[in-house]
Amino acid sequence: MELLVDIQKELPGFTLEVNFEAGMDILGLLGASGSGKSMTLRCIAGIDTPDKGSIVLNGRTLFDSKKGINLPCRKRKLGFLFQNYALFPNMTVEENIGFGIGDKKQADRIAIIKQKMKMIKLEGLEKRYPNQLSGGQQQRVALARALAIEPEALLLDEPFSALDDYLRSHMVKQLTEILADYPGVTLFVTHNMDEVYRICDKLVVLSQGKIEAKGGKEEVFRCPPSLVSAQLTGCKNFSQAKYISRFELEALEWGINLKTRHEISRQVKNVGIHAHVIEVASDEKDDNVFKCWLNFTSETPSRMTVYLSMENQTLEQGNYHLQWEITKKMWLDLKDRPQPWGLRIDPAELIVF
Amino acid sequence: MFVSDLMGLDFSPLLISLRAAVLATIVAFFLGIAAAYFVSGYRGNFKGLIDGVLTLPLVLPPTVVGFLLLILFGKNGPLGKLLMAIGTTVIFSWPATVIAASVVAFPLMYRTVRSAFEQIDQNIINAARTLGVSEWKIFWKITIPLAWPGVAAGTVLAFARALGDFGATLMIGGNIPGKTLTIPAEIFFAAESGDMGKALTWVILIFIISLIVMTLMNYWTDYQYKMVATVGRK
Repeated sequence: MELLVDIQKELPGFTLEVNFEAGMDILGLLGASGSGKSMTLRCIAGIDTPDKGSIVLNGRTLFDSKKGINLPCRKRKLGFLFQNYALFPNMTVEENIGFGIGDKKQADRIAIIKQKMKMIKLEGLEKRYPNQLSGGQQQRVALARALAIEPEALLLDEPFSALDDYLRSHMVKQLTEILADYPGVTLFVTHNMDEVYRICDKLVVLSQGKIEAKGGKEEVFRCPPSLVSAQLTGCKNFSQAKYISRFELEALEWGINLKTRHEISRQVKNVGIHAHVIEVASDEKDDNVFKCWLNFTSETPSRMTVYLSMENQTLEQGNYHLQWEITKKMWLDLKDRPQPWGLRIDPAELIVF
Repeated sequence: MFVSDLMGLDFSPLLISLRAAVLATIVAFFLGIAAAYFVSGYRGNFKGLIDGVLTLPLVLPPTVVGFLLLILFGKNGPLGKLLMAIGTTVIFSWPATVIAASVVAFPLMYRTVRSAFEQIDQNIINAARTLGVSEWKIFWKITIPLAWPGVAAGTVLAFARALGDFGATLMIGGNIPGKTLTIPAEIFFAAESGDMGKALTWVILIFIISLIVMTLMNYWTDYQYKMVATVGRK
């Protein structure tokens, strides 16, 4: 089971140029909106046509510009899950699921529909119309419809972006269970790093039509190779960096020297720090301990985002050096302590590229 | 006075008008849907031009449409010659009323259906394609049902326009009583000759016909569309 994609397509503003392969592991395509990730999926499905390149699924050429092959969408045998589900509003749930298997015998069709209804846990709602279902239920019907044709690959285009937070985590869990039983190639497109981390094994990070990073998810999340991939995998703090020695660099914008666990290259340009890895220093003499002052804060129900400055003066409104995410409890402990606060960054947590 | 008029009335304009309108609606229905499907799927550079040509009969004065048809179907016109070759002609015969009504009704059907087609969420069509379904099945099972209100509205408008045509019909059909004289023409000539009673009778009749057709069509559309959800449209 493998999907080989190597395509180019001119898009307004940039050229989409991607090259990756997907096997049995679920592959995530992570990118900001307009990065070309959905277009990549549409090209694979045959909804849009690349300008150049090739797409091969399990040895079957779906598209090859050199050989002049471009299989129409309906012959590609791919399941596509749309962001807005795209259910047929004039058909009932069972008609939706059975629509793609109309050439099968009546008895087989009924059996498949029954089995899919069981898979998505919507038994009893066969006769409902899509507008009589909730968003999460519609989503599941769309998934059942896509899987009913036994596609060789399943393409998921931001499947959770239209759901509210509660439903989303519920659906992510359900989808992971369903996907575990699915034998084909799965591509999952999203802009949400949490989703991609939860669902996928491997990851391709896209920006402006180009691949910024690819590999196993832990690896890409731990040491993203570029600024954009670091941003997309959730890193919030960046500074330009200058090489000092094999295990030390200077963070120019923060005005501090930082030690690293891993050896760095002389060409190092940037350093990044995740907002949640900063900690309160227990010993001032430790490595990577620095002083900072509180600039402003921003509050969510469970967490506090603290914006810090490296200088003893309040920066202009909205400016800060470091963004630090802590729990509410930690904030209560911290807020009345005298400033500057001594904070520390573990050398192993530095992202250098 | 009205009733006595009605008794002695020659009903041929009613039959001629209805025949022309019904046949023209059927012609416009199929050609309009086909043209709408073609243009909404067309991605070339001539979209504006093609749309313009197809809409022309709507914006031109009916007499101009009639004049062009006269040239086309006349003795020396391309289609006229063709018909002559098989020993027939349509000018000033009842098929002329159908042709004139079809041409003026067509753009209304075409435009209404096209906008209904273009309102359909393209992802729904794409979803059907990824499921391996043929374009033909997609058209009948998804496109037409989802565009149904537009198709119905276009049909009503096309029928109304076909029933009401005066200029184009007069140009190529003339006003031969019992053959090509339609209700609108009858009203014009009755009023012109001072027979206001007769004109009024026909006015009331056409009023009633139009209202009945529109009302029936509305109820039928509601009935047909009751089950179809509003989701799936942009």
